[in-house]
Amino acid sequence: MKKQIKFYSGNIAAAEGALVAGCRFFAGYPITPSSEIAEHMALRLPQVGGVFIQMEDELASMAAILGASWGGAKSMTATSGPGFSLMQENIGLGAMTETPCVVINVQRAGPSTGMPTLVGQADIMQARWGSHGDYEIIALSPFSPQECFDLTIKAFNLAEEYRVPVIVLMDESVGHMFEKVVIPPKDKIKIVERKKPTVPPEKYMPYKAEDFVPEMACAGEGYNVHVTGLTHDEKGYPQATDPEVQDRLVRRLCDKIRKNEKKLRDIEEYEMDDAEVAIVSFGISARSSKAAVRLARQRGYKVGLIRLKTIWPFPDEYFEKLADEIKKFVVVEINYGQIKLEVERNVGRDKTFLLPKMGGEIHKPDEIYRKIKEVYNGN
Amino acid sequence: MVPNGGEIMAIKDLPMDEYILKGHAACPGCPATIALRITLKALGKKTILIVPACCSAVIQALHPHTAFNVPTLNIAFEASAAAASGVAAALKMLEKKDVLPVVWAGDGGSYDIGLQALSGALERGTDFIYICYNNQMYSNTGIQRSGATPYGAWTTTTWTGKKERQKELAEIVMAHHIPYVATATIAYPEDLYEKMKKAKEMKGPRYIEILSPCPPGWRFDMSKTVEMSKLAVETGAWVLYEVINGELKFTGYSKRILEGKERKPIEEWLKMQGRFRHLKPEDIEKIKQQLDEKWQHYKKIYGGKE
Repeated sequence: MKKQIKFYSGNIAAAEGALVAGCRFFAGYPITPSSEIAEHMALRLPQVGGVFIQMEDELASMAAILGASWGGAKSMTATSGPGFSLMQENIGLGAMTETPCVVINVQRAGPSTGMPTLVGQADIMQARWGSHGDYEIIALSPFSPQECFDLTIKAFNLAEEYRVPVIVLMDESVGHMFEKVVIPPKDKIKIVERKKPTVPPEKYMPYKAEDFVPEMACAGEGYNVHVTGLTHDEKGYPQATDPEVQDRLVRRLCDKIRKNEKKLRDIEEYEMDDAEVAIVSFGISARSSKAAVRLARQRGYKVGLIRLKTIWPFPDEYFEKLADEIKKFVVVEINYGQIKLEVERNVGRDKTFLLPKMGGEIHKPDEIYRKIKEVYNGN
Repeated sequence: MVPNGGEIMAIKDLPMDEYILKGHAACPGCPATIALRITLKALGKKTILIVPACCSAVIQALHPHTAFNVPTLNIAFEASAAAASGVAAALKMLEKKDVLPVVWAGDGGSYDIGLQALSGALERGTDFIYICYNNQMYSNTGIQRSGATPYGAWTTTTWTGKKERQKELAEIVMAHHIPYVATATIAYPEDLYEKMKKAKEMKGPRYIEILSPCPPGWRFDMSKTVEMSKLAVETGAWVLYEVINGELKFTGYSKRILEGKERKPIEEWLKMQGRFRHLKPEDIEKIKQQLDEKWQHYKKIYGGKE
């Protein structure tokens, strides 16, 4: 098959990416600005032998995709702020039971109902810490319809590889933006499937992991699997009063992501070779930032852009190393300082500057350029 | 001011007071706004509206900054009846007996995401009125199917028509043994007004559901909202009744159907709507069959009482 060129919005591109990745189940609930993903999946899934269900709310949507994943399907849901809040309990259950699935959050301006039709990027911390207890999650952030396609495929691959809910943190602007999307030939797209048990049922240990991630048996495959949100041992049975089991389990759930941070790291560096000041940004804000870097470079400022495509796990080590080379970091984001906290933690308070927006509009390259000038000149 | 000594014979007899101000954000021909206008004429100024995510959360803005002339509490999508429980409890504690908490929610917020909170509030005997204006879909987010969407209807999440039947929320509500349940539609404003008035005089949980044909969602001309509502009743697609302390009484045209008046052919109603345009003859047959079953059921109830 040849490559195809399409004209897609970010939302449609994400839905198409999911289908290419093998997603055959979608459960969702209408919410602006993500509804087009559900609508497109409602049209397309039956065409490829998949199932679309519109649920009664977002609790149900999240629970349904966990169920579908244990039924053996690659599954996904899509939502925005308020719906993402309702999904949190089951996202935690997904992390605890190590259920591969993908959640797309097309961020709008919050808190609460906020600005339903306008852009926000303020669910960064919620994606990481939204459910209770200690767990780790993977979150990716596309900045174009092309990346909505590419990173949704990647999200499915990571979900299958690490057995964890993977969150695609889009934003309204990227979701509704139409652009050229190149769909590579099928054989050029890497698709990952979950590890299946290689031992007979009587020897199978559902939560025993050699390399952090256990093998997964699904419904109907002949294995009797007990899946529980209670603290469980390697056999999958509840051990809700044994702190040692809890220690082993939670440590592994976190370490399987933390210790693979370098592998999961996905950063685009732009004009960073001789940069003295670095902008840190992601999603739609990174596009304005890129334009601002060009403006600043034309005027002789040694500025570069660090664009985070993987938001969680945060690349601590990467920033620690950069702290020696880069004099100042300017974080550009549509919230009141969330990624800024992460950067600050690694490079120090005195080196970190924030150019926030409260939501409802994107940064203009001009205002980022002015901030660069101000920071560069030490004001 | 109430003309005609308070007896409502026609629209001109409704109170002159307006609680929907001139200039709201609804689409042209929006039935929800008409319904709320009549509702508030009946319930009066001492009403606290509790509104979840729905079209009315958007409609209420404009005028100079809100079109609603009564205090309004907007609450999360799933939570309107729960919030009303809080409002009702506070009013009780403060002994404010003349203030009425009223939920004004769409079918998505009532049939689907809000059902748990609604059921909870009804079971606890919360002293409030819950009004569901039912446009049979999620109109606010761009026409997705809901639990109230009828069989066969196109929406953006049922591309080839919905394969399932709608549920009957009013009947689920009846199973909570509350003092008052009623259905209405804006084609009969006097009937709607009288039912609201009756509900206002009672205590405990009261539930009223208003069919609200949505021009952009159902795909019909915005000048036909009233006609569409009327035809829904005349074809039997929508039924008017009230249930007082468990006793069901059919009202208006629906009562006349049970007394022997012929239902208009359902095709008349279906053909007016773009959302049913794709239906094949066998689909229409199926709809007719469902309708016949429904009316057989009503006849049994009606006949049983006579």
